[in-house]
Amino acid sequence: MTKIELTVNGTKHAREVEDRALLVDVLRDQLGLTGTHVGCDTSQCGCCTVHVNGRAVKSCTMLAVQASGAEVVTIEGMSKNGALHPVQQAFTDCHALQCGFCTPGMIMAVAALLKDNPHPSDDEIYHGLEGNLCRCTGYINIVKAVKRGAELMK
Amino acid sequence: MFEFSYVKAKSLPDASAFVTAHPDAKLMSGGMTLIPTLKQRLARPTHLVDIGGLPELGGIESRDGQLIIGAATQHADVASSAVVQKAIPALAVLAEHIGDPQVRNRGTLGGSVANNDPAADYPAAVLGLDAIIVTNRREIAAADFFQGMFATALEAGEIVVRLRFPIPRRAVYEKFPHPASGYAMAGVFVADGAGGLRVAVTGAASGVFRWQEAELALTKKMSPAALEGLALDMSDMNEDIHATREYRANLVRVMTKRAVQKLAAA
Repeated sequence: MTKIELTVNGTKHAREVEDRALLVDVLRDQLGLTGTHVGCDTSQCGCCTVHVNGRAVKSCTMLAVQASGAEVVTIEGMSKNGALHPVQQAFTDCHALQCGFCTPGMIMAVAALLKDNPHPSDDEIYHGLEGNLCRCTGYINIVKAVKRGAELMK
Repeated sequence: MFEFSYVKAKSLPDASAFVTAHPDAKLMSGGMTLIPTLKQRLARPTHLVDIGGLPELGGIESRDGQLIIGAATQHADVASSAVVQKAIPALAVLAEHIGDPQVRNRGTLGGSVANNDPAADYPAAVLGLDAIIVTNRREIAAADFFQGMFATALEAGEIVVRLRFPIPRRAVYEKFPHPASGYAMAGVFVADGAGGLRVAVTGAASGVFRWQEAELALTKKMSPAALEGLALDMSDMNEDIHATREYRANLVRVMTKRAVQKLAAA
């Protein structure tokens, strides 16, 4: 067991965790932040995407101990003062979700993509979302939502 | 995952001493290969020694005709580095097409090179550019470093610190990624530098290799046509559910031709 300190969505947490505990399991099971999903558990689907020190990572492929001292943002930290994050709003506006399971990870990945590239082309969107799978195959509206999100963030 | 103890290394000598004293400990940088391996219980280390955050392993600089990149530099940082883009643009392009954005944000150059996955992208650039692997003990030439599938010249307690890439006149990396995993089914790095023309191939065989027949042919005539009917040792080509030996060999030819075409335009 190792003691870790994390700042998650602006709140500091100290926890004792197993050295082999994954970040996603600590977020979900110890901090109750179940918006971050576990899809494939093999670092392919991207459902578990969160931001660690401002970068999108797959929290199923990072140990919680590796995140000690880091700033973590999960889907629960995206809306501010009751207003959805522009990417969340864009997913709503464009109906960019069907079953919704991949959506939290998609939104975290899109927010990171738009931070680095505020006006991505179609090809840049496909490349930027290569680490996220939607098994409802709702990609057309997801790509629309990325563009809508870019508009809303202007 | 089996149980292990996590150790955050305080310094390079500290990490080296620890893994030397604990033969079943494993070094970890980004963990993008190691953590999935542990999840599948394909390895059972007693300790994971995290060297990812060590400042000695960071930094990117270009000087005296060489591009020097710290081993713990993430793929995303290699891809977006203005220094890399100016010195060896093909290396930035290669880094930008490893895995996916989330993997590139964690995975590191040194980790990829030390792991020597036969389908990893970086080994092709390291061998193609005739780079030097600098460890905490010595300097190793690329040709001596890679020793076949997941095998390298690294000894117990030896840690990759940085890589020194001689800056070529021009270079191109062409890969045919597996459509699902993104790993190279064949990746060809063609570099035209001080040491002549080099063609390094990853993904197709049990480890990265130089296609010397192609190097000779291209040195005589720098054209895709020079590669027609050229011998390519088939005995070591990978054969699996994804492709036969013949198919992979053909991919190597096609990727090399494309690289040569692009090189002419570079």
